[in-house]
Amino acid sequence: MAIAFTLNGKSTTVDAPPEMPLLWVLRDELDLKGTKFGCGRSFCGACTVHVDGEPERSCRMPVSRAEGKKITTIEGLSEDGVHPVQLAWREIDVPQCGYCQAGQIMSASALLAGNPQPTDGDIDEAMSGNICRCATYTRIRAAIHRAAEMAQASPTDHETATGAGGSEA
Amino acid sequence: MNAVDKTGNLSRRGFLHVTALAGGGILLGARFSLDGAGSAVAATADATADADATLNAFIRLTPDGIATIMAQNPEIGQGVKTMLPMLIAEELDIPWRQVRVEQADFDATKYRGQMAGGSMATPMHYESMRRVGAAARAMLVAAAAKEWKTRPEKCTAEAGVVRFKNKSLSYGELASAAAEVEPPNPRTVPLKDPKDFKIIGQKIPGVDNPKIVTGKPLFGIDVSVPGMKYAVFEKCRVHGGKVKSANLDAVKASPGVTDAFVVEPTGSAAPSPSIFQVGLPNGIAIVGDSWWLVNEARSKLEVTWDEGPTASQSTAAFDQQAEELSKQAPEQDLGNDGDAAGALASAAKTLEAAYQYPFLAHAPLEPQNTTAHFHDGELEMWAPIQTPQFARGDLAKALGIPEDGITIHLTRMGGGFGRRLYWDYMLEAALIARQAEVPVKLVWTREDDTRFDYFRPGGYHFLQGGLDDSGNLVAWRDHFVSFGEGPRFAPSAEMARNEFPQAFVPNFALQASKMPLGIPTGALRAPTSNAISFVVQSFIDELAAEAGKDPLQFRLDLLDAAPAGARTSFDAGRMKAVLELVRDKSGWGKANLPEGAAQGVAFHFSHRGYFAEVVQATVSKDGELGVDKIWVAGDVGRQLVNPSNAVNQVQGAALDGLGQALDQEITFDGGRTNESNFHNFKLLRIDQAPPVEVHWVMSDNQPTGLGEPALPPVPPALCNAIFAVTGKRIRSLPIAKHDLTWA
Repeated sequence: MAIAFTLNGKSTTVDAPPEMPLLWVLRDELDLKGTKFGCGRSFCGACTVHVDGEPERSCRMPVSRAEGKKITTIEGLSEDGVHPVQLAWREIDVPQCGYCQAGQIMSASALLAGNPQPTDGDIDEAMSGNICRCATYTRIRAAIHRAAEMAQASPTDHETATGAGGSEA
Repeated sequence: MNAVDKTGNLSRRGFLHVTALAGGGILLGARFSLDGAGSAVAATADATADADATLNAFIRLTPDGIATIMAQNPEIGQGVKTMLPMLIAEELDIPWRQVRVEQADFDATKYRGQMAGGSMATPMHYESMRRVGAAARAMLVAAAAKEWKTRPEKCTAEAGVVRFKNKSLSYGELASAAAEVEPPNPRTVPLKDPKDFKIIGQKIPGVDNPKIVTGKPLFGIDVSVPGMKYAVFEKCRVHGGKVKSANLDAVKASPGVTDAFVVEPTGSAAPSPSIFQVGLPNGIAIVGDSWWLVNEARSKLEVTWDEGPTASQSTAAFDQQAEELSKQAPEQDLGNDGDAAGALASAAKTLEAAYQYPFLAHAPLEPQNTTAHFHDGELEMWAPIQTPQFARGDLAKALGIPEDGITIHLTRMGGGFGRRLYWDYMLEAALIARQAEVPVKLVWTREDDTRFDYFRPGGYHFLQGGLDDSGNLVAWRDHFVSFGEGPRFAPSAEMARNEFPQAFVPNFALQASKMPLGIPTGALRAPTSNAISFVVQSFIDELAAEAGKDPLQFRLDLLDAAPAGARTSFDAGRMKAVLELVRDKSGWGKANLPEGAAQGVAFHFSHRGYFAEVVQATVSKDGELGVDKIWVAGDVGRQLVNPSNAVNQVQGAALDGLGQALDQEITFDGGRTNESNFHNFKLLRIDQAPPVEVHWVMSDNQPTGLGEPALPPVPPALCNAIFAVTGKRIRSLPIAKHDLTWA
């Protein structure tokens, strides 16, 4: 079945079974490997993407539900990795194994888009669906605060970078 | 490449190998070991250390001034891909921005000790990698001196430039000329004074961070090769069970499925019994065009299994059997000092307690996977594996092909924690690829990963302790009921005979009994320590309470109790220092805590690291537990190579220990694993993660590793804090199974 959506700012059509999760369409049909498979049951958040700006677990989202939507993956979060969350993640040196971090970054960027100055409590609430097996949680909190600062310092970049789905191609 | 090869200073086991690169520049390979007093590998090195410790490195220096350093060890998140190149770059004296790091493939002809495990990378490589860098620097200086017709001692090298008077040449300019220089002896080349370090000791972010934050393919699961099919592998839910028959034709008719077959190995020689504890892979492979479709087709499988003998094993049966064994004479003595029975009989006070801890899964977030391709009788693989050398030997045996016909490309690993010391999934992928006759990517589901682990074994300890009338510990007896058969413990189900408090208490007995186990077990981060510390440091706390003493001071006194000259398993002075530091930093005994909050303490020595930790917890009267903060004091020697990663590792290890203690267990019924995914095997989440404050004692000792030793003290320190609030002793994990209400 042909399904059309906007992927990282570009019109995309895929031919896939409608019930196939978006995760596997992204990874195996469209060769975007940044979105990760962790549990397949939306327990861990490694597969988090933005659907019309909202964080969604792509492992449980049938691709048919993507029809007409704007999908953003880690690869499309910014040009050249300059989203404040990506920059803050590097500055704070968050990753250990790094496997969950794309999902963490997608959840964190969605949080900041709606709440530019989150408290630790806001962060814990928004990020509790994302497991980090290496438990880099201390640095995830620090990096989200740092990204909030960076976004405030250069609001234009922030606006552009978190514009869910990017601009229309 | 040009044929200007030089091999300098051949010693019994050491040489530098220099090659001039065709396009200009130099390739330097080094291989040598360090013996004697300057040894990088202490005599206490554990079984994971390569006894021969032959070490090596490759540096490529090109005319553009860029040094490319091959990272030989697999990266599982321990930071080794950044740390080992830092050591080389420091002595090479090149700015870090001019360093590139590439992951080396597995290659036994070039590298030795290509493995991740046992927190071994720092102690094994701290000195040798620096010597490689220093040797390369010496050659660059010699090349410059030759150019300027002066002596090398007259030149200086700093930040990638060699200078003499008003002349200077960059490393890039010297790279080709350096290839003509006689290499120095790496074992005697001078090293920097640590006060001159510019890279070692700096917070260097992980070299793969830019790729990680932009979602570039790095991990085994991201591998894609031309013509590749996807596979899943269905095994008997009972560990060790085998296929009798299956409806393969119905499965083959499923959408997207190109093949389905029973997998059976054909090798002649037996692979490692410690890895293939339940025999070689046996099950049903489904192969097809899409991983999701082949995994969907699993639901159509109808298999008749020969479940085998393990079908009678269960957690409840183990519990019952352990209780029975505790009442019988122990099967074996592991260690005896003095007269424990006599001292217990005459002690002023005695305590008895039964402790137990559950099986645990590793649960790395990247499920097990391997891509395998058989072509022309050879096997090519892409795998997240901590131990490629051992894996290759076993693959060769099981497949009946020569080792040199197997190529293994090392990928970054989405966590390991010990799970990827074992290569069962690699053998599955190889067998499937051979039978399918196409390149195949095998990916396990989370359910496969949780059910078919090499679990941290559970265990049972029946303890007795005796105090004299001054409240000093005078007797300790532990009847350890574990798993194994005959004299052999199941993997990671053993206990060291010199485990604390051995040598610190005059009358000590460690005895063991074993139960047969048909379920695979193995090393989980800080193996054995992650369980033993909970038992020992909790019972010490009980004895301190019985003695009416402050639990931290009781521990300090105990560390003083070893008789002069006694052979202890660790340096008591170093442990006291971290215990005193964590006492001071946590405000132990001084903090004015609200009702319902208290601190608990524990220490543990493992993987050459000394760690003492305080956990502060709050328990509401209706039993709700919150962990407020963790303080860590550690001693891993005189130098942190990369303080950024060091703190990250310690915070992660401490929170890993917290997650285990709070709510993790693996249980079995009918030989099957009950838990399957993160809803019933619960990893710690951010809203459960307290701040972790990390402090260091910089002792004048050889630097050692940090992947593991910060974990073990957390579970007992937390349980001791819970006791301090509620008066309830947690003698079995996880804590979630206990009622913590108090009045």
